[in-house]
Amino acid sequence: MSGRYSALALLRGALGGHRHWGRAWRAAEPDGPYDVVVIGGGGHGLATAYYLASQHGVRKVAVVEKGWIGGGNTGRNTTIVRSNYRQPQLQRLLEHSLKLWEGLSDELNYNVMFSPRGALFLGHSDADMTRLAERGDSLRAMGIDAELLDLAAVRRLVPLLDCSPTARWPVQGGLIQRRGGTARHDAVAWGYARAADRLGVDIIENCEVTGFTRQGDAVTGVETTRGTIAAGKVAICVAGHSGHVAGLAGIRLPIESHTLQAYVTEPVKPMIDTVIMSQSLHCYISQSDKGGIVAGGDPDGFPSYAQRGQPMRLEDAIAQAIALVPALSRLRMVRCWSGVTDMSFDGSPIIGDLPLRNLHLNGGWCYGGFKATPGSGHLYAHHLATGSPHPIAAPFDLARFAVGRTIDEAGVGPMPQHR
Amino acid sequence: MLLIDCPHCGPRAQEEFGYDRTLDSLVRIEDAPDAAMAALYARANPRGEDDEIWRHTFGCRGWMVLRRDRVSHAILSVRPLGPEALP
Repeated sequence: MSGRYSALALLRGALGGHRHWGRAWRAAEPDGPYDVVVIGGGGHGLATAYYLASQHGVRKVAVVEKGWIGGGNTGRNTTIVRSNYRQPQLQRLLEHSLKLWEGLSDELNYNVMFSPRGALFLGHSDADMTRLAERGDSLRAMGIDAELLDLAAVRRLVPLLDCSPTARWPVQGGLIQRRGGTARHDAVAWGYARAADRLGVDIIENCEVTGFTRQGDAVTGVETTRGTIAAGKVAICVAGHSGHVAGLAGIRLPIESHTLQAYVTEPVKPMIDTVIMSQSLHCYISQSDKGGIVAGGDPDGFPSYAQRGQPMRLEDAIAQAIALVPALSRLRMVRCWSGVTDMSFDGSPIIGDLPLRNLHLNGGWCYGGFKATPGSGHLYAHHLATGSPHPIAAPFDLARFAVGRTIDEAGVGPMPQHR
Repeated sequence: MLLIDCPHCGPRAQEEFGYDRTLDSLVRIEDAPDAAMAALYARANPRGEDDEIWRHTFGCRGWMVLRRDRVSHAILSVRPLGPEALP
């Protein structure tokens, strides 16, 4: 099987019109009872299933997905990977994930096209530069790479950036994490799916969870559009829809679902070989391997499950990108999309137990879930297999809200619309 | 984009308004800790209708309650938010 993708196979495919490629994973039917049923076939859910099988030897695992795998937020992000957060708990979590990204293509024997091209935060003011310097210091103290750049260095790195003193948002410098970058979003879902499938995980698509079966205060399985599936443990992993799925079990979460948009331009020759981000503006720009400029901005700012965004926020995002890189104004936008994000009430994910026994949650990833995919799955699988949280994931339990132990990266309190 | 029928100004573009929070998230001074916790942190977050507090920030600055469908984005009702609803 591992030899299926090779130069020879590609050549044979080219001669035969590429019609010989088979499925990379089985189209499994529900075949309970399972040890663990993971709800949600996005990157996080598939990674969870993969690590359950590969690291913990849990073989009877199913992933149930309401649509097709990777069709939710895994396919609706800006593919940025980095670990340069401010809070130590988040630094540990995302650095754990980044280290897994670095070996992921080898681990899965599938090219996820992880490209550590550098992730650059721009500083637009003295205050920005102080903030970036402080963050860089805290990152280096944690053993995570961070390098403060002056204006000349930023200009060398991104020649097309408007660094003139009359720019709409003048640039003073930046903070770069050189190990950060981008990855191919679909390949992450497909790679985990193929690897999990080979370890016996059932990936059941077009299977929406409609309820839970219970015995007292314990969950015993899920009701789905393809019948009832019994499970020893049920693992919710549906960020964006966590509120809806937890609601099926009567649980209310500190999460509101909001819409976040992004867009891509027509493909052009290489013009930006770094991920450019401005947290003062909330703007993210990178160039995909195909050549399109991928960019995003702020969430829409009110609760929605619609997976379609508001034109005014898209306009803001485009205006910001053009102000930073004026050359972008000549490009045509070919596509825009939006995803439903779990905006948690402290801006950090929730990984852990729920008030019902055998029901667990991994969600609340706000707009930063893609970069965490391998780490999230790895830590969640540990929790599900051992029954206790991994030390890195322990601070992210649901109980933190009741005891005032929130991990508030932005420091804005329980106001998801202001993140 | 939403067209919001402000109770004071009539139909206006969404850009003039800001979403604030859901109606069930008001913390009352006499709330027991559990009720205050729920108001701060527990949301129904339904994939359907809910009551939300919005403000005509760049207009009359008045507060109102929108009953809104979070999938179709239809606005089912708008009513002014008076002192009787506030904690």
